[in-house]
Amino acid sequence: MDLLKFTVRRTLASIPVLFGVSVITFGLVHLTPGDVVSQLVAANPDASQADAVRLRREFGLDDPVWVQYINWLGDVLTGDFGEHFTSGRDVSALVWARLPETLALGLFGWVFALLIAIPGGIYAAINRGEIGDDVSRFAALSGISIPNFWLGLMLIAVFSVQLNLFPTLDPQEPLLSTSMLWWLVLPGVTIGTAASANLMRIMRTSMAEELNKEYVTAARAKGLPERTVVLKHVLRNSLISVTTIAAFLTASIVSGSVVVETVFGWPGLGILFVEAINVREINLILVITLFTGVFIVLANLLADIVYALLDPRIRHDY
Amino acid sequence: MALLEVRDLTVTFYTAEGVVTAVDDLSYSIEAGEKFGVVGESGAGKSVTALSLLRLIESPGRIESGEILLDGDDLLEMTETEIQEVRGNRVAMIFQDAQTALNPVYTVGDQISEAIRHHLDHTDEEARERAIELLDRVGIPDAEARYSDYPHEFSGGMQQRAVIAMALSCDPDLLVADEPTTALDVTTEAKILAELEDLAEEFDTAVQLITHDLGVVADLCDRVMVMYAGKSVERASAEDLFYDPKHPYTVGLMSSIPRIGDDRDRLQTIPGSMPDLISTPTGCSFHPRCPYAEEACRRTEPALTEPETGKPATVGSERSARCLEYTGELNGGLDYDVTVRDDAAAPTEGSQ
Repeated sequence: MDLLKFTVRRTLASIPVLFGVSVITFGLVHLTPGDVVSQLVAANPDASQADAVRLRREFGLDDPVWVQYINWLGDVLTGDFGEHFTSGRDVSALVWARLPETLALGLFGWVFALLIAIPGGIYAAINRGEIGDDVSRFAALSGISIPNFWLGLMLIAVFSVQLNLFPTLDPQEPLLSTSMLWWLVLPGVTIGTAASANLMRIMRTSMAEELNKEYVTAARAKGLPERTVVLKHVLRNSLISVTTIAAFLTASIVSGSVVVETVFGWPGLGILFVEAINVREINLILVITLFTGVFIVLANLLADIVYALLDPRIRHDY
Repeated sequence: MALLEVRDLTVTFYTAEGVVTAVDDLSYSIEAGEKFGVVGESGAGKSVTALSLLRLIESPGRIESGEILLDGDDLLEMTETEIQEVRGNRVAMIFQDAQTALNPVYTVGDQISEAIRHHLDHTDEEARERAIELLDRVGIPDAEARYSDYPHEFSGGMQQRAVIAMALSCDPDLLVADEPTTALDVTTEAKILAELEDLAEEFDTAVQLITHDLGVVADLCDRVMVMYAGKSVERASAEDLFYDPKHPYTVGLMSSIPRIGDDRDRLQTIPGSMPDLISTPTGCSFHPRCPYAEEACRRTEPALTEPETGKPATVGSERSARCLEYTGELNGGLDYDVTVRDDAAAPTEGSQ
C-alpha cells in the first residue's frame, strides 16, 4: 500500500519533467537552420519558391514558434503525433514499427551490463587490493574508454569476419525468435560495455564500503558462512547506490543505440532518428525524443521503486 | 578446566608507520558462568582481544601467536567451518553500538532468527517463536509485533536489547560484551546492565565484559583484568581490586572517577596518554605516566607477579600485577593509600 502511494506520487512528479523535455526539444529543433520544406524543395528541381510558401503554410511552419508548440502539444495530448512530411504517414506508426527492435537491443545490452557488472563488482570488492581487483579495474577502465563505434567495428572484424561466429548482415529473422538472439549478441555487447564498466566500478566501491561496516562483523560473529554474509547482508545494502546509477546509465544505452544501430545496420529507432535529423522531419524528431524521455523517466521511476524495495528506510519516509 | 583459557595471545597490525602490537602476550582465563571484566583506556587492546576470541580480526591485523582454548579446543587451530560453528553458538558477541551492528535492511526478528535457524535444528516457525520469546525476555514490549520491525523503528535502548537477544539466541557458553552500554544514556545503561546480569544468570552464561567504566565493573563482575598498552597489568577479584589495588595504573583509573560530594575543582586524570604501540617505552610501558617510576622502571620490563609471594604469576594465579614493586626491585615503593568510603568506592549491588 505504501509502495503503491509512493509509485503514484513518483509518477505524477515525472509529468513536469516530460513537459520540460518537450519544450527544450521543440525549441532546439526550431533553432537548427533549414527545415523540411527547404529539403523537399532542394530535392525537387521543379518546385518553385511559391510551392515552398504553400507547403510551409500547409504544414503550419509559418506560425510563430510558440503557436506551433501549443498546436503540437494539443495534438499530442489527444494522441496525434503529427505526420511524416515526406511520406505523409503517421509518425507514431513509424515509431511503433521500429520500437521493438530498439527495445530488444537495449534490453539485451542492459542484461549483459548487469550480468557482468554485479558479479564482477562483488568479486573485485571481496578481493580488493589483490590481483583480481586490478584486473577488474583494468577491464572497467578499458570498457569506459573504448568508443562504442570502434568496439562495434572491432567485434565485427574479429568475431564475424575472422572467426565467422556471428552473422554480419541485417537481421532477417522475426524479432521474437531464438535465432534472433544470435543477431543480438554483438550489438548488445557493444551497447552494454560502457554501462557495464561504469556499474562494475560502482558496485565494487559500494560493496567495499559496506564490507567495512560493523553489521558485517556482527553477521560473521553470528557464525554465518561468508557466502551468506556477502550475498545476503552486504549485497542488498550495496545494491542501493548501484540502483540509482543504473537508472542514469539507461540514458547512455539509449543514446548509444544511435551509434550502434548505424554500425550494425540495426533497423531500430536510432537509425530512424538520424534519418529524421538529416531531413529535418520535426514531428519524427520530436516523437522519438519524447519517447526517449519517457523511457529514461520510466527507468528512474523503476529505480526509485527498486530503491524503496531494497531499503526500508526509504519506504518509511513516504 | 576453565571455560576459556587465553595463553600468550599476541595480535599485531601491520600499518604504514610500522607494526602495532595491539595485544601483547596476554593470558587469562574465565570459568563457566563467571563474569569477567576487562578495563582500560581506549587503545589498551580490549576490543582487539574480544574480536580475537571469535577470530574476527581483519587484515591488516593478525593473530601472531598464542592459544585460545574453549573447553580445551584451540580456536586458533580450527578450520573456518569449525570456527563458524563456535561463533554465535558457543561464543556470542554484543557490540558496542547496536545501531551499526544491526543490518538496516532486514527486520530485527529476521536477524535474530537467522542465527537460530543456522545453529540449532529449528524450522522457520520454531526459530521465529524462539526469537519472539527472546525479544520478550530482553524486555521489548509487544515482541510479536516488533519482530517484523526494522532497526530504524527501534530506539537506541531497544536496539541494544535486540542485539543482546541476538547474542543469547543460541544459548552460548560465553558472551563477549564489548562496551555494550557506551552508546546509551545513563538511565538506559543502568537498566540494560541489570538486565544483562539477570540474563547471564538465567542462561548460565559466562560474560567477558569490556568497559572503561570501573563503576560498571564494580556492579557486575566477579573478577577483573586491567589492561594497559596491550598487556594485562593487574588481575584480581573485583572486591580485591577496589579495596586493595596493586598497580599504580589501577589506582590512577580509580582516582579518576568523579564522585558525588567531591569538592575538588577539577577532575583528577592520569597525566600523559597511552604510549604509541609501534614503539612502546623501554622497561615498564606505564613508567612515563607513573608517579612512582624510578630508574629501574625505565630499564627492566616487569613480569606479571603474584604480589603476595613475589613469584611469577600464571593463568591460574588468583592475583597478579605487573610492577617491579612485587619483585623487590623498587627502592621507593608505591606510596598511595586507598580510602574506602562505603557510599562510593565499595562495590554496590544492583544499582538501578
